[in-house]
Amino acid sequence: MLAEKMNDDVVKSAVQARTGFGASEFPHRHIGPNADEVRAMIATLGKKTLEEVINDVIPASVRRAKPLMLSRFPVALSEYEALERLKGVASKNTIARSFLGMGYYDCITPPVIQRNILENPGWYTQYTPYQAEIAQGRLEALLNYQTMVMDLTGMQIANASLLDEGTAAAEAMAMSIAVTTKAKGESTVHEYLVSDSVHPQTLAVVATRAEALGVKVTVTSPSEFQFSADTVGCLVQYPDTFGEIGELSELCAKAHETGVLVCVATDLLALAVLTPPGKQGADIVVGSAQRFGVPMGFGGPHAAFFATRDEYKRSMPGRLIGVSKDSSGRPALRLSLQTREQHIRREKATSNICTAQVLLAVMASMYAVYNGPKGVRKIAERVHSLTSAFASLCRKGGLKVSNTAFFDTVVVEIGPKKAQAIADASEAQGILLRVVSDSQVGVSFDEAKGLDDLLAVATALGLKTTRDECHTAVAGAQSFIPAALKREVDYLQHPVFNRYHSETEFLRYVRKLESRDLSLGFSMIPLGSCTMKLNATSEMLPVTWPEFGALHPFAPARHRAGYEEMFIDLERSLCEITGFDGCSLQPNAGSQGEYAGLVVIRAYHLSRNDYKRTICLIPKSAHGTNPASAVMAGMEVVTVACDAQGNVDLVDLEAKAEAHRDTLAALMVTYPSTHGVFEEGIKKACEIIHSRGGQVYMDGANLNALVGLSAPGEFGADVCHINLHKTFCIPHGGGGPGMGPICCAKHLTPFLPNHPVVDIGHKNGVGPISAAPWGSASILPISWMYMAMMGGDGLTEATKIAILSANYIAHELEKDYPVLYRGSAGLVAHECILNLNALKTEAGVEVEDVAKRLMDYGFHAPTVSWPVAGTLMVEPTESESKAELDRFITALKMIREEVGKIVNGEFDKINNPLKQSPHTPAVVVSDTWDRPYSRELAAFPAPWTKENKFWPAVGRIDGVYGDRNLFCSCDALST
Amino acid sequence: MEFPDDCKYTKDHEWVRIEGDKVIVGITEFAQSELGDLVFVDLPAVGKTVATHGTLCVVESTKAASDVYCPVAGTVSERNDALADDPGLINRTPYSDGWIVKLSGVAEAELAGLMSAEDYKKLVGK
Repeated sequence: MLAEKMNDDVVKSAVQARTGFGASEFPHRHIGPNADEVRAMIATLGKKTLEEVINDVIPASVRRAKPLMLSRFPVALSEYEALERLKGVASKNTIARSFLGMGYYDCITPPVIQRNILENPGWYTQYTPYQAEIAQGRLEALLNYQTMVMDLTGMQIANASLLDEGTAAAEAMAMSIAVTTKAKGESTVHEYLVSDSVHPQTLAVVATRAEALGVKVTVTSPSEFQFSADTVGCLVQYPDTFGEIGELSELCAKAHETGVLVCVATDLLALAVLTPPGKQGADIVVGSAQRFGVPMGFGGPHAAFFATRDEYKRSMPGRLIGVSKDSSGRPALRLSLQTREQHIRREKATSNICTAQVLLAVMASMYAVYNGPKGVRKIAERVHSLTSAFASLCRKGGLKVSNTAFFDTVVVEIGPKKAQAIADASEAQGILLRVVSDSQVGVSFDEAKGLDDLLAVATALGLKTTRDECHTAVAGAQSFIPAALKREVDYLQHPVFNRYHSETEFLRYVRKLESRDLSLGFSMIPLGSCTMKLNATSEMLPVTWPEFGALHPFAPARHRAGYEEMFIDLERSLCEITGFDGCSLQPNAGSQGEYAGLVVIRAYHLSRNDYKRTICLIPKSAHGTNPASAVMAGMEVVTVACDAQGNVDLVDLEAKAEAHRDTLAALMVTYPSTHGVFEEGIKKACEIIHSRGGQVYMDGANLNALVGLSAPGEFGADVCHINLHKTFCIPHGGGGPGMGPICCAKHLTPFLPNHPVVDIGHKNGVGPISAAPWGSASILPISWMYMAMMGGDGLTEATKIAILSANYIAHELEKDYPVLYRGSAGLVAHECILNLNALKTEAGVEVEDVAKRLMDYGFHAPTVSWPVAGTLMVEPTESESKAELDRFITALKMIREEVGKIVNGEFDKINNPLKQSPHTPAVVVSDTWDRPYSRELAAFPAPWTKENKFWPAVGRIDGVYGDRNLFCSCDALST
Repeated sequence: MEFPDDCKYTKDHEWVRIEGDKVIVGITEFAQSELGDLVFVDLPAVGKTVATHGTLCVVESTKAASDVYCPVAGTVSERNDALADDPGLINRTPYSDGWIVKLSGVAEAELAGLMSAEDYKKLVGK
């Protein structure tokens, strides 16, 4: 039914596009270079046509059999048409009043946050803050986030977000194993205890991870936890999924007797009025910061948090912001302790997390800045009053409330076999209740609820009451928080949470931070492997439509009709683009896509009683996340060598595949390679693996070079992930949100992720990878809009221009910076690696000096020293005009000339504009300028900088000082 | 770059020095220069038994985490706790104050397999 209806829409749109407004002009808005510029770039390369360039780049053997046609988007729509059509799709969703709870709560996004952060390219277009000097704004917002989490949880250290509460709990389990193994020594059996009262999706995500790692999960009531020598940790929830608040101290004391770590999943709003887990002995505290001003969004994106004891900081997953100092000795923020992370630890990492939920963590921290400690407490008290009034109305009306101590959620006994009927009847009135058992419903209150909602839900349960009576009940509400668990410790006392409560002050604070970050709104961000392309405004608009934002992920199936239609459009399109059969939109980051794909492969082998297949071959050139994901999926990593041209060494691959032919599970391979080359041998590599019973996982990080030209499903891969935040226009948000759906061949489709609460099919699937059934569903409209407005032709054209632009840059810069790897015809794929090692021998200039000097020229550096030390990896994408590419090329050429001046002695070896970069206004206009080069050269090295200057907020940051003296809260900043 | 003659070396850039019945272990000046400023040393517990080429500890700079392999099998009898507060000791004085552990119970035969200062110097091309 649904499918037929949608086909009508497709046809209608196609007709409209043809007769109404003509062809979509959006591809010309999305693609930077115009026709003349494209011709000029082709000519520069000495080629006649774009097709000639592409034919030289991509081996004929891996080209798509047929041009890309998107069956869901046969004709590209204009921006206007696409928005109209998506509005129609969105209107099929039903927005109801949710009392479902379970980790997702309605909340109020302060409009000043919605417009100036969530809807602001000055906040959403940045990449992860690796170039910290031009990222001080969001680093400060993230430091606020860490401080907020530490305060509310009562823990000593917190990271700057994880993907969702379920994965945070799974990360806690992995960290517990690492910590206890170190303390107790290796043990062959691991057991993890989980309370039977955690959210079902949290338990299921933990169970998926545990299965792959060979950890036994035992689910019981926390009072029955049996701690043995094999127990590595336990997980409880506070308040639990049924709303009950249990004291934690006794459990923590008992666990610590046997060296077991206690993880507490919790809720930040509840902690505003509850004794924090940290004060009761918890070792790890996780949860979601969603209800701090982030819409439910049908499951995401939201920021999860992860806090722990100081002693475990080096085992903690995720990115951690720390305070260091800059070259002038002023406080400056940066990513700390990066050696914990997968990109350095590779298979020794306990976590594969990279992209997290920065934009949402920023929003949550700003919600705390905006409301302050008093405001947050007031919201929490109000929610508790409503809940408490509801409980007393129930009791007065003869309904039994199961809870004795609760914050915002209660379970009501409504008589045997009545629960579903009551929930259905309520749903008809627009009220969503949780069916806990056949005789119980769960009711959760939140910030967005008021007296009318209280009256409505009470009436829905058959209580005879009035608005006046509800009012009286709220006014006279007693506290159901046990005296011993009433919060006495202050929180959010730092001035930042107490200064900006008028909207004028708040707005200026937000704008102050924004001005410290270089975003795509200022200049290109040519980060290799990151695909920083246009995030068009029309693509972003639907994200904040309430039809997408206000849905609870566990709302009844008929409420999500619009979402399902959009999912089908996306799944079909992604399958057509990759040449695969099945798709799962659940993984909410590329790392999770890798992990999902590998557990799917694992499940496939197990389904064939092929129990021994655990070896994962990974080329040396792979991103560090690959080996980390493989280990998480229960595999053992065997590294494959690369040859002198940077390609996977097929001889070594074959030898290793043969050596492990009975135990070979998979090959993980990035295509085109991380070296920016379409390797000729990819088909052969796939054959080598398949002929020995293995599966091929393709890392889709570089899919922007494939769309429309080559399909992994056709050249031999079995499964791949797709970074929607790279190739399909979801903005990077300064380090998240991302989405990492996977597509796979038919034989793997049955094993795609499923979900314990929402039936999404795949009965024999691997379990859930993410807490929400469709991951971060509310940002999927971005990719939908992009595909709808580009169509198959537009997407293919974008790929070609991305490849052309990379080759243009490589060509223009090769005299100054040799291009490290090229394909057989001398061309690169969609990115190029510039070798800067000569600069070090000639002039003592490190690649980092060039990266920092680029800031003075108004640019964000390309990827530094990855995948090869001493290099810059440049990925221009299709969205940058030739004018912008030329400006970037000029900047790098001018910097090369500056290096020349060091060589010929015109510049000092140390006191030169490269080593001293970036230059802040405070340094440049200081009365004590005593450098042997001019202030003008320092700050305005290129003509365009005089007209439009981005000033780095701080000078070069001392990373060593920061890692040796770790401070991760606002207290370390001067007030 | 220094290569003290009273030390023996491994190809993984550790050095050992005999002190009575103990063997002192550290990393070479070449190793520290390649790693850059160290920010953390994950010291092993006293009493830990390590096999030849087993992982003795991990040293971290801001950009790398590297295993230090045990040049000879033995038991950690003492560790340099000063490195906890000042890992830069390894950068500044790798062969003296920057020592990492002292091992006991090392079989003399094991030491024979290690490199002389001269050979190690050749290995790193200095």
